[in-house]
Amino acid sequence: MKSSVIVFPGSNCDRDIAVALNKFNIKNQMVWHAETNLPKSDLVVLPGGFSFGDYLRTGCIASKSKIIKSVIDHVAKGGLLLGICNGFQILIETGLLPGTLLRNKKLKFLSKNVYLKVTNSDNKFCLGYKKKNIVKFPIAHNEGNYFAKDEIIKNLEDKNLIAFKYCDSEGVANDISNPNGSSKNIAGILNNTKNVLGLMPHPERAIDPLLSGVDGSIMFKSIFQ
Amino acid sequence: MKITSRIISDHGLNKDEYNKIVSLIERDPNLLELGIFSAMWNEHCSYKSSKKYLKNLPTLNKKVIQGPGENAGVIDIGDNDAIVFKIESHNHPSFIEPYQGAATGVGGILRDVFTMGARPIACLNSIHFGDQYHKKTKNLLNGVVSGIGGYGNCIGIPTVGGEVKFNSSYNENILVNAMAVGLVKKDKIFYSKAEGIDKSVIYVGSKTGRDGIHGASMASAEFDENAEDKKPTVQVGDPFTEKLLLEACLELMKDNSIISIQDMGAAGLTSSSVEMASKGNLGIEINLNKIPCREEKMTPYEIMLSESQERMLIILNPEKEENAKKIFKKWSLDFAIIGKTTNTKNIVLNFNDEEVANLPLSSLSTQAPLYDRKWKTNPLPKKTEFSDKVKSFKILESFKKLLRSPNNSNKSWVYHQYDQTVMGDTVQKSGGDAAVVRVHGSNKGVAVTVDSSTDYCLSHPITGGKQVVSEAWRNLISVGASPIAITNCLNFGNPEKENIMGQFVECVDGISQACKYLDFPVVSGNVSFYNETNSKAISPTPTIGGVGLLKNLDYMMTKEFKHENSIILVVGKTLGHLNQSEFFREVVNDISGPPPEVNLFNEKNNGFAIQNIISKKLTSAVHDISSGGILLTLFEMCTEGKIGVNIEIPNNNISNNQYLFGEDQSRYIIEISETNKNEVYSILKENSVYFEIIGKTIKENMVIKNEFNISIDELKKINSEWFINYC
Repeated sequence: MKSSVIVFPGSNCDRDIAVALNKFNIKNQMVWHAETNLPKSDLVVLPGGFSFGDYLRTGCIASKSKIIKSVIDHVAKGGLLLGICNGFQILIETGLLPGTLLRNKKLKFLSKNVYLKVTNSDNKFCLGYKKKNIVKFPIAHNEGNYFAKDEIIKNLEDKNLIAFKYCDSEGVANDISNPNGSSKNIAGILNNTKNVLGLMPHPERAIDPLLSGVDGSIMFKSIFQ
Repeated sequence: MKITSRIISDHGLNKDEYNKIVSLIERDPNLLELGIFSAMWNEHCSYKSSKKYLKNLPTLNKKVIQGPGENAGVIDIGDNDAIVFKIESHNHPSFIEPYQGAATGVGGILRDVFTMGARPIACLNSIHFGDQYHKKTKNLLNGVVSGIGGYGNCIGIPTVGGEVKFNSSYNENILVNAMAVGLVKKDKIFYSKAEGIDKSVIYVGSKTGRDGIHGASMASAEFDENAEDKKPTVQVGDPFTEKLLLEACLELMKDNSIISIQDMGAAGLTSSSVEMASKGNLGIEINLNKIPCREEKMTPYEIMLSESQERMLIILNPEKEENAKKIFKKWSLDFAIIGKTTNTKNIVLNFNDEEVANLPLSSLSTQAPLYDRKWKTNPLPKKTEFSDKVKSFKILESFKKLLRSPNNSNKSWVYHQYDQTVMGDTVQKSGGDAAVVRVHGSNKGVAVTVDSSTDYCLSHPITGGKQVVSEAWRNLISVGASPIAITNCLNFGNPEKENIMGQFVECVDGISQACKYLDFPVVSGNVSFYNETNSKAISPTPTIGGVGLLKNLDYMMTKEFKHENSIILVVGKTLGHLNQSEFFREVVNDISGPPPEVNLFNEKNNGFAIQNIISKKLTSAVHDISSGGILLTLFEMCTEGKIGVNIEIPNNNISNNQYLFGEDQSRYIIEISETNKNEVYSILKENSVYFEIIGKTIKENMVIKNEFNISIDELKKINSEWFINYC
């Protein structure tokens, strides 16, 4: 299994995701945003960070990078694409995923561990979560408040494209367990063909019992299968 | 332009200092030259009041690779790994413009670390604000916390620890001390000393703008009611550019391209060029027309004194120039050859084909003024006799009052705004005794802590100095680390006043005594004087950043109780010292008396015993007892899990208030199992360490026999109220 991590100026979780992919035997290459050709990859990852300093709008400038065209081609051919945190914001800006990510409801950057409910485990990223569907991941973002028109939300719900929802340790998704004000407690969504996943929480920071637990490992194992 | 006495005083120089300039250069300086002298001779850059005393600090042990005098200190942590670290103040700018002031404080200290070739792995900070009811406090708190987060989060270095304190002495002078820690291979450390003549001097990074002009001079003067007029002297940070600069520099540092490198911090291009050339005993010539400028028609004066951020000065191996240029182009950063090294031992500046300044470097560095300021001693205050009134305070009510006070409140509102887990190596986050960051790709850990002293130091500076070093040392011991060295940031008022200078001299003496005794040398740091507004000074505040090593993370310790039915020990003697305690300040409303005594023998002896117990895996939780005493410490050990405590105060001749809230030093609380107890007791007895069994861990509640029984959840709720309601 081969992966490519796209590195933008200002990406800062690129090393973290590379460590995670490597740990789960996925052969990874770093690809600079100004390249035009994507190396042969089964999985492409847009990492977290502050691509282009978050200037203009989070993810906006990165979505216009040269490499993005081949990333879109990769998705059209059925390849997997994972966007984490800033990567999710970039996915929204490219139009590969619908909606928008607003500033957190309390207008503060928020870095903490949160509980998530896996609401769709019927996709390549989440197969392993069938057995364990309440997990703990770290979040660290300022603009993670998912918002979209009612018909988009309805479509996400009808087609079961919401992959992760913020919840409490018992799996209850409500306002109290919603850290950033996201509509329907949405933490991560899939595209129609379920080969693109964007999420605000960081699975790559949850692969080590010494750090924030190992619930993220399940995602990388699922991808590798 | 004629240099008038008004111009001289506007540059923060006095008449004697001006006369000294004239005698050193044997003529009157022009305005640009005067600006350069002002930038180099101010307190912030020259240490003219403090140098005499800083010399007495111990700066060496077996692990020290680089002590004070470079961009940051460096210590050896084995396996060809080294840790680079430093703390610095950004107090004055943060008061004028809290977001940018704090952000650029973080940016500046990170540059000091990666200038030496290290990849930064952790940020810490110590921030002090005025009284909660002061009109500026809320805004300053919000701005500073956002600024620290805004910079560190964007550049992608975890902010892993720190402290937030409130005290009315900071009403008009807040403190923002930022610390950065980096990791480097021992044979890949870069220094600032220039070498070789006719070598190109390269400017890289951001363009130079009109921000921060005279920032260092501003930070070397008192404030008055017009402090906000100084906003243009505050720099504006761009963490995105710093991230690019970090990656570009580390890429360039992979081979031997760089001869020397220096970041442009306080006093910008002036201090960086002067420092590099004078350390190499060379001269330097700069063509100011080559400086990449952000704004049009900048004058030589503005260019030399700008403190625009995210800039570096590099002296390169000539054959590597093309490659270096390519790297900076890839990262979209400016790269300009602005001059060369010479053998003249002068700094020469040219602009529009004219020589606009020519000064001997020695006049700016080694011959800068040094002062032996007058100072007066601070006698140890008399202990306050405890009246019956003190004894009458109810323990639970007092405890709740402490938990609600800003200083003792849960600080998660603050640290949740900082990315603590980026880089994937933060194995112990904010909230414990020290943070621990794993050395990437290994099973070693670096323990880091920041501690400061305000009240103890105001009451008796020598004790305060000793205490704060001991506290940092104890915090490192508590997580299972071997303490190695410290960096210090010394925040004081106006040193021209005898009582302030006395606080400084004696506090440095205390720091020095503790550092020597604990083999815990100072490898870097800074002094921030003139933290005064309208002649009202802050309380003296030394801030210590301590660094230690965990050779094996399997032996890392945390503060939370892990099991029910464990034995709880207080290690170290409890005498019930209440003067200067949190209990006295917050509950009794009394700020008299001396701080608790620091006995360095006990400090070391108790600490080594704890280290021994941790290394044999005989304990499952360790927490040092600091402000708030035993009761607050116990509570902090219960906050993460579902474990509570059942405590019976041992027989003694002090009141329960004294026992539970006393702040005697060199003490720890540890959790041990029935199985391990005999071995632990014998280690403590063999080393003559005093200890007491105070109770057992139980489910969920905090019980003090004959006093109270309350659920941990309720206490946690009380403890988190203040920040939520205030901010």
